[in-house]
Amino acid sequence: MSNWEILWSARDQFWSGFLSTMEIFGLSVSAAFVIGCGMLYLLEGSRPRLTVPLRVFIDGMRMLPFLILAYLLYYGLPAFDIRLDAWWSGVGALAVYHGCYFAEIFRGARLTFPPGQVEAAKAHGFTKGKMFFRLILPQIVMQTRPLLGNQLIYALKDTAFLVIITVRELTAAANSLSGTYFIPTEAFIVVIGFYWAVSVVMEIIIKQCGRFSAKRGFDHV
Amino acid sequence: MNASAWQMLLEGAWTTVWISGVSIALGVTAGLILALIRIARIPVVDQILVLYISLARATPLVTLALFIFLSAPTFGLNLDRNVAGILALTLNTTAFNAEIWRSAFRNFSREQREAAMAAGMTPWVTFRRIMLPQMMITSLPGLINEMSFLIKGSPAIAVIGIVDLTRVTNRISAVTYEPLPPILVACALYMAAIGCLVWLQRLAERRANRLAT
Repeated sequence: MSNWEILWSARDQFWSGFLSTMEIFGLSVSAAFVIGCGMLYLLEGSRPRLTVPLRVFIDGMRMLPFLILAYLLYYGLPAFDIRLDAWWSGVGALAVYHGCYFAEIFRGARLTFPPGQVEAAKAHGFTKGKMFFRLILPQIVMQTRPLLGNQLIYALKDTAFLVIITVRELTAAANSLSGTYFIPTEAFIVVIGFYWAVSVVMEIIIKQCGRFSAKRGFDHV
Repeated sequence: MNASAWQMLLEGAWTTVWISGVSIALGVTAGLILALIRIARIPVVDQILVLYISLARATPLVTLALFIFLSAPTFGLNLDRNVAGILALTLNTTAFNAEIWRSAFRNFSREQREAAMAAGMTPWVTFRRIMLPQMMITSLPGLINEMSFLIKGSPAIAVIGIVDLTRVTNRISAVTYEPLPPILVACALYMAAIGCLVWLQRLAERRANRLAT
């Protein structure tokens, strides 16, 4: 049997690893998006006592490698009697870490947001929450989509770190297969192909979003 | 944490620093060379480089490091762990650096190139004397940003058994049974290193802006 045939017979392992990676990725990126939006909303508020610690937290996260945060949740939290298993600490770390990056991207776009719109919305009697969800958030998300797309690719790449804290995902599948059959080259080429395909698909989706947002006039405000 | 734990942490930090340093130096140079090759637009080579850059940007560092370290023996190469780690980090960062250099090259002012041509400079002299010094200043902020990304990605080399600043916390907690203190110290060290780079990036940005005006 050639090496590729061995891999084909082990396709179930690749597939389950891929699904597990996509599950981790999807869940944590959605959570990160919500966290990012929440942080933007809190920064929006006129509570300077909250703004300063939040910005310190965001900047602190951006100065840490992702793996050390996963270590902190997986190995560090049991000191406080909070035990998360590897999967949940991985997803949690990804969500918090990339949530901070999302928040920073949104904050950068919020700085250049035209103040006239906010004033007009206030004059029309929008409440703060409605103004945020109907005016500010959609425009900021559409404007920052290339940066968000980049960040999504970084998030996908960061899921591979979780193999170090023993999460079973795509890279772990390749690692165990290459250990069982001694065919590391082919196994890893397949896995790299998977990652590549996912990021190419994400880039295409982001481009399609660009077409949508040009049609809706998000780009020329 | 006792004295030997501190010493181990510092050794781990040193491993991270030297491996990242070597990869940064190699990656910045190789990125410049790749950018120049791409600008020359050699038919087949250009497509291969586009494919390489696209692949290298999408491949996780952990996967790349494992791939290089595990598959090198099947090609009859016996790579040292450190060499495999440096190779993985370099392959990754080169792709990003090539794009940074290329955009600096493409945004270079046309007037200056025409002026250099009118003054009778050969392309090589124009590049060396006129373009490269200015390109270095304009692309420095981007390059430093990529350096901080490389340091944030460097814990990936732990997967092939290099004891870097992240991995060393496991070693220490295996002795002390207290994982939290070494991880917090490692956090602080990473923050110090990346904070330095962020500060340098701001300085470089100020210089680049002065050149632009």
